[in-house]
Amino acid sequence: MQITSPSFKQNARHALDDVQLQKALGNVRAGFIDKRQKAVDALPEFDALRDSARDIKNHTLENLDLYLEAYEQKVTASGGQVHWAETAADARSIVLDLCRTRGARTVTKGKSMITEEIALNDFLDASGIVPVETDLGEYIIQLRGEHPSHIIAPAVHVNQDQVEADFRRVHTHLPVDRDLTEPETLLDEARKVLRAKYFEADIGITGANFLVAETGSSIIVTNEGNGDLTQILPRIHVVIASIEKIVPTLNDAAQILRVLARSATGQDMSVYTTLSTGPRRPGDPDGPDEYHVILLDNGRSAMLGTEFQEMLRCIRCGACMNHCPVYHSIGGHAYGWVYPGPMGAVLTPALIGVEKGGHLPNASTFCGRCESVCPMKIPLPKMMRHWREKEFERGLNPATQRWGLGIWAFFARRPQLYALATSIVIPVLGALGKEKGRFSSLPFAGGWTKHRELPAPETRTFRQQWAQREALKQGGTA
Amino acid sequence: MTTPRAAILGKIRGALSGADDSARRAAVEARLSKAPKGVIPARGQLDDVSRIDLFCAMAEKVTCSVARVRSHDHVPKAVSDYLRARNLPHAIRVGDDKRLKTLPWDQIKTLEIRRGASDGLDEAGLSHALAGVAETGTLVLASGKDNPTTINFLPEHHIVVVDAKDIAGDLETVMAKVRRKFGKGEMPRTLNLITGPSRSGDIEQKIILGAHGPRAVHLIVVG
Amino acid sequence: MTVASDKPKVGLFVTCLVDLFRPVVGFAAVKLIEEAGCAVDVPMAQTCCGQPAYNSGDRHDARMIAENTIRAFENFDYVVAPSGSCAGMLKKHYPALFKGDARWEERAKAFSAKVHELVSFLADVRGMDRVTAAGGGSVTYHDSCSGLRELGIKTQPRALLASIPGIELREMRDPDVCCGFGGTFCVKYPDVSNSIVETKTQAIADSGADLLLAGDLGCLMNMAGKLKRQGSPVEARHVAEVLAGLTDGAPIGGRD
Repeated sequence: MQITSPSFKQNARHALDDVQLQKALGNVRAGFIDKRQKAVDALPEFDALRDSARDIKNHTLENLDLYLEAYEQKVTASGGQVHWAETAADARSIVLDLCRTRGARTVTKGKSMITEEIALNDFLDASGIVPVETDLGEYIIQLRGEHPSHIIAPAVHVNQDQVEADFRRVHTHLPVDRDLTEPETLLDEARKVLRAKYFEADIGITGANFLVAETGSSIIVTNEGNGDLTQILPRIHVVIASIEKIVPTLNDAAQILRVLARSATGQDMSVYTTLSTGPRRPGDPDGPDEYHVILLDNGRSAMLGTEFQEMLRCIRCGACMNHCPVYHSIGGHAYGWVYPGPMGAVLTPALIGVEKGGHLPNASTFCGRCESVCPMKIPLPKMMRHWREKEFERGLNPATQRWGLGIWAFFARRPQLYALATSIVIPVLGALGKEKGRFSSLPFAGGWTKHRELPAPETRTFRQQWAQREALKQGGTA
Repeated sequence: MTTPRAAILGKIRGALSGADDSARRAAVEARLSKAPKGVIPARGQLDDVSRIDLFCAMAEKVTCSVARVRSHDHVPKAVSDYLRARNLPHAIRVGDDKRLKTLPWDQIKTLEIRRGASDGLDEAGLSHALAGVAETGTLVLASGKDNPTTINFLPEHHIVVVDAKDIAGDLETVMAKVRRKFGKGEMPRTLNLITGPSRSGDIEQKIILGAHGPRAVHLIVVG
Repeated sequence: MTVASDKPKVGLFVTCLVDLFRPVVGFAAVKLIEEAGCAVDVPMAQTCCGQPAYNSGDRHDARMIAENTIRAFENFDYVVAPSGSCAGMLKKHYPALFKGDARWEERAKAFSAKVHELVSFLADVRGMDRVTAAGGGSVTYHDSCSGLRELGIKTQPRALLASIPGIELREMRDPDVCCGFGGTFCVKYPDVSNSIVETKTQAIADSGADLLLAGDLGCLMNMAGKLKRQGSPVEARHVAEVLAGLTDGAPIGGRD
């Protein structure tokens, strides 16, 4: 997909002006936050589980090579096949090769952010293979020619009437006078249309929430059941997962599962947690004949051992964006690539480069709400700051910013000069703003006064007044 | 030429350089073989009676319906009652599970038993769970000819028999059972943890039941 | 001449915004700290906590500023700032600036251990459970992000406000959600910042309170600036002004 992160500011402006989007974003605030809080409050061990989950992932990352090897061995032993892909292009060509050698014409897909990351759908389309998204949200945005605006609620930016219009536009084989005024009827229609697709598909592609080294299992966590139909009905099941999805054991997965759904949707458990291990066994009446796992690096190994390693703990629950005031204002598309919100602000620069993704870690108030809800306790603001440091070191931030910051820092580092300068400037500003007590516009403060008044300073700085008071006191007691 | 596998593992090792390799190997082997449990919530750690009650309550909370019967012999009638109460065709799709096969189905005269995997045309399917998890009201189902996975997803109504004695407090206990049953490190092709009927919130965050899987999940708890 | 006493010595880190824009908050802080049984001094060598540099990725300048702050304050028993954001910088982030420089890191840690946000200092360190100020009217309190999430300040200001007879606290919707200030964020991304502060001012208006309080002048200038631009009658003050009873002067952004 096209990267528009460099034009984040314009994207944000458009998002703020988009009435439909602003209406839909109201659902994020209402839909996720209270539900999560309720689920968390109902589990006294929640915070201890967060620590446990964090420790498991930290341990795994420190031994990632060994766990990947152990995992691969178990997959192979259970009759599955592991493919290693260094880059997005490598992963795509492995998929295409599987499609070509198996004569596949259509593939069904479970919801998967990693296939968004490698832009698989566009690639398959261009290669003459039809990808069919089966998650309701993914299906809706596929019809609209869009990308997910949220990592667990891909169509959160779309309103119900828009879905109705899209279904009427695309499902032309259905009666035009059918009633589609309720979400239930829309879901029913999608269910019927997609049911046929599962049976037609030659290959089912899913992502993975976890890969379990102990057993060679891939785990998907879903609510709709589409991911399961995607992987049990076609002849071939292909799992695409990035290398950091590994957990050591089933028990480790059980720990992280307890924080995943609660953080994501406020459920204790998502409806379907499915552990898949190898292809259909002798005597099995259903399940795929082939099971493939594509282990994708695509920039992860380069994050190991750096200040961004902790980001590899992310389990893609979406809690950070659900609680982010910036995400609430502009939605996911404005971030300009696959991963929005705070996790995207850290991950995107690592995957597409800070030159293109630099706005994202800057467009944060550092309010810290993301970190406070992150089930894996990832210090997201800290890592956004690290990206700002990278930008600063490489001189990537705008000249005006560097200048402004440089002048300010010059004084802030020199207390006497700072005191002198402020003792001159502040009384002047104070006098100018004395009548109203504020400024509606001021040179060099356009960023501020575009949307709000600037409160005027009192007449003199605190330190001027304090020094005078102390001097008077001393005079009085001398 | 370096394989992608060697390249990726090489980059990982490069990034982790400085760590003691033999100590790392030992730690990894220990974790894989011992599979330590982490934090187990107190919620499910109850005596037998309360644990089964909690399982039923949690299942109902996620909008499953629950019937409790004294023994397996009562299952056919419970299935029939469910189908009749919902005006469903008097037919059920079921696998080869002995615990279900040997039941007195002939007592329910008109009930049609369809054997094998679901073809997508069944209104109702019947499975026997491997276990239940009281902490979350979760059903655990293992694939195979006994309980084909398609039955878990294709019918509109999924009826699941759970033995009360198979209801564990927590998921870790079930995983221990899986290790005992299938062998350490071994798994059935598919292990489904199912917590309620299929649902979607993708249209304006409104939760609707019956997305791509069953609209209704009915539990028959035996014992 | 300062009289020697056995009272704990507090260095007031007044914060650059209070120093430049709203000295009354500094005097309110002094009054409250003295009421809490401490002796206050204001080192003249202080400038800013360094957050603008630190959060812009300029670690070098941030560290230089931090060194200056530490030198100016390390001989006090306590360092108190009327800002969760600046206190958070001093307390939680300074040591990280000196990673790899053992001597300075130790010095920074010793310094950070003494740092407290004003209201948290009064309530948690000095055990203050009431103030002597009188007042009245309905107030609503915004939890500034750093104070809330880095320093755990939530109940303390509310408890002290509740000790003032005649003050009615009307909680706004989502008092713990960011106001959109974010330091340089508000001028780097003015449109996004504006959208966030609009949500906040709506919540403030809906609370029905006459006076908005918070513990951080940056957030207050943002919210007050927006309220004024919207023509709202809601006034804004730093919580210390009310706790100290120094409310004779104009509210933030002036009186209409």
